[in-house]
Amino acid sequence: MSEEGSRKIDTKKLDSIIEACGADKSHLIAILQKVQEEYKYLPEDALIYIGTKIEGLSPATVYGVATFYAQFSLDPKGKYEIKVCDGTACHVRGSMPVLNAIKAHLNLKEGQMTTSDGLFSLETVSCLGACGLAPVCVINGTVYPQMTSDAVKVVLDTLLNRERG
Amino acid sequence: MVELNINIKDEQQKAQEKIKEQGFRVLVCAGTGCVANGSLQIIEKFKELGADVSVMSDYDKVTIVPTGCHGFCEQGVLVVFPDLDLTYVKVRLDDVEGIYEALKNNQIVERLLYTDPHSGQKVRKNEDINFYAKQTRTALANCGEMNAENIDEAIALRAYEALAKVLEQNNPDAVIEEIVKSGLRGRGGGGFPTGMKWKFTAANRGEKSYVVCNGDEGDPGAFMDRSVMEGDPHKLLEGIAIAAFAVGADEAYIYVRAEYPLAIKRLRKAIADAEERNFLGKNIMGSDFNLTIHIKEGAGAFVCGEETALIASIEGERGMPRPKPPFPANKGLFGRPTLINNVETLANVPVIILKGADWFSSMGTETSKGTKTFALTGEVNNTGLIEVPMGTTLREIVFNIGGGIRNGKKFKAVQIGGPSGGCLTEEHLDIPMDYDNLIKAGAMVGSGGLVVMAEDTCIVEVARFFMNFTQNESCGKCVPCREGTKNMLKILQKIVAGKAEMKDLEVLEEIAQTIKDGSLCGLGKTAPNPVLSTLKYFRDEYIAHIRDKKCPAGVCTAMKKIVIKEDLCKGCTKCARNCPVEAIHGEVRQPHHIDQAKCIKCEACLKNCPFKAIVLE
Repeated sequence: MSEEGSRKIDTKKLDSIIEACGADKSHLIAILQKVQEEYKYLPEDALIYIGTKIEGLSPATVYGVATFYAQFSLDPKGKYEIKVCDGTACHVRGSMPVLNAIKAHLNLKEGQMTTSDGLFSLETVSCLGACGLAPVCVINGTVYPQMTSDAVKVVLDTLLNRERG
Repeated sequence: MVELNINIKDEQQKAQEKIKEQGFRVLVCAGTGCVANGSLQIIEKFKELGADVSVMSDYDKVTIVPTGCHGFCEQGVLVVFPDLDLTYVKVRLDDVEGIYEALKNNQIVERLLYTDPHSGQKVRKNEDINFYAKQTRTALANCGEMNAENIDEAIALRAYEALAKVLEQNNPDAVIEEIVKSGLRGRGGGGFPTGMKWKFTAANRGEKSYVVCNGDEGDPGAFMDRSVMEGDPHKLLEGIAIAAFAVGADEAYIYVRAEYPLAIKRLRKAIADAEERNFLGKNIMGSDFNLTIHIKEGAGAFVCGEETALIASIEGERGMPRPKPPFPANKGLFGRPTLINNVETLANVPVIILKGADWFSSMGTETSKGTKTFALTGEVNNTGLIEVPMGTTLREIVFNIGGGIRNGKKFKAVQIGGPSGGCLTEEHLDIPMDYDNLIKAGAMVGSGGLVVMAEDTCIVEVARFFMNFTQNESCGKCVPCREGTKNMLKILQKIVAGKAEMKDLEVLEEIAQTIKDGSLCGLGKTAPNPVLSTLKYFRDEYIAHIRDKKCPAGVCTAMKKIVIKEDLCKGCTKCARNCPVEAIHGEVRQPHHIDQAKCIKCEACLKNCPFKAIVLE
């Protein structure tokens, strides 16, 4: 545990999350979801803290659960979380060209998830259940229907302009 | 007989009066799909204009009702005026004022009517749109007809009447018998007889036991459970309550995918409202039946759709399946007897209790009773959610309800049942679709995802797509599944990259069999299905990729080359400006060139060229 890392974690905040969800190991997933909502990812120190605080858990168990589910991220996500749906319907109607266009527009290298300025992070998800609007992207909870490689560029530029203000 | 302190018929009467008080009703779809198309802003605009009630001569009030999903997401935003028998499709914010103006003058906005893709005619009524006309809706009956966040609207449509009936009669065994008799089978994929499951769990009556509703709809391309939870949550709660009463449980969990935030929000509201009216909670309607329903949010793992993995996930652990036996009916959640049913299964329960097992079993085929929802997507004109009697043919679904293939393309195949299912081809168009016929054809109903593929869809690439999905989602417990899916994927990647040899096909089939034989749960047992069924029906396409290094559908990027025809190129620079990777170069008014090393074959240039100078080679 690095000192810098531990300084970032507010254990009071974690305590209140644990209390609100219930300090029982069956609530671990709900606790991790709240922590991720707070930090936008799961900081290592938070996992260790939860693993030692709740009876019946260990840091290893918590790590095991955190890495099992696709929703959890151990790396910081961007200010704008872009999710490109790659469910069957979106895939058949061309989600991959959209994904590639986003990668190219944001200068993301192969395997890179978050832009270097921390503004955008990109991931694919398996199905958002909005198959009638395929292909779809979701940015911070807003659904963008029937995307194309051109349309998604306009969306990204709007966000970029807003940031540059 | 037990005397209840709530008379449900009186409640219905009161609720119906409340709806009458709403005056002129404007139903605006507020399902996930329509919200994405801006329905919330449309609702606000309608409310703003609706304050001026003088426009409606026969009504003294206008009420804007946000509804659940109609299923016809592609045509969203949908706006329905039930009193006028009028439906508008593809409504945008700018259209609202025009719609209002037309209402005032008793006119119709022609351009917002649905256009039949075959005849080109405008259709005014919901019932006359082919997409709806050919359906039989039971589980989805109220989705889109009511405000899902208003319990009175649900009660007016007979919510909790079936629950009142079973509580009054107070005979749990008779309830189970009715479900057995109805022939209802699990709608989540397996197709296990629901009544038998209830019987097994009920055998442990007296112990602390649970009901779990599986709303972890993980099959990519299926969204029927989402629609029920969003559009008619009280029906699901009622189904759970009846199941809990029948098996003797007093606590229930609904496990919902975290990807469905709207469903979670509406279920929470519905539970709170139902508790307030004592349709849930302690001494429900004055009986001695108690039930608490909790919501558990999933965290994104396909394998959690498997019942024992789902139990592990509710307990806060990694969602890995456990060996059966012991079956959940005897030892499930927290080691207690547990009944697990899927959302759609439970949504069918209230109507079976109300209308009787005979009514339900009059629909469907010999072995598969009732109706089934399908999520119709892919290359069809009408994508959306449909519900038809079991035994309906694929031809009816694709060409009648679905309105045929888009852009006049030719039908090639349907992938049914998601990553666990298989594909059906032209020769299967006329078989009655039910659990057993589909198994015979090498596919399965699964959760009901139907992805229609046209002549320009590459079957091998689709098989690779599904294998990529199951490989990602394999939990890693069983070695054949963990390692086998990885190696099957590797071979499929080689095939679509044009680097495979003929002997790879044999290895592919051998690994597939090993995974089927050596996996614990449904995910592994069915993971090879998409590959095996496509190999059976489209072996020649695999061979074309391997031997001739050609993709017959022209999809696989490794085998295609995009070029600019110099004689047709006018040098307008449009392609160069559109290229996401700056692979196109050239001077203005001079023929352009594509740098093949940089080209990612996205076809953005090809689609945009005004002179059709860019072609696929």
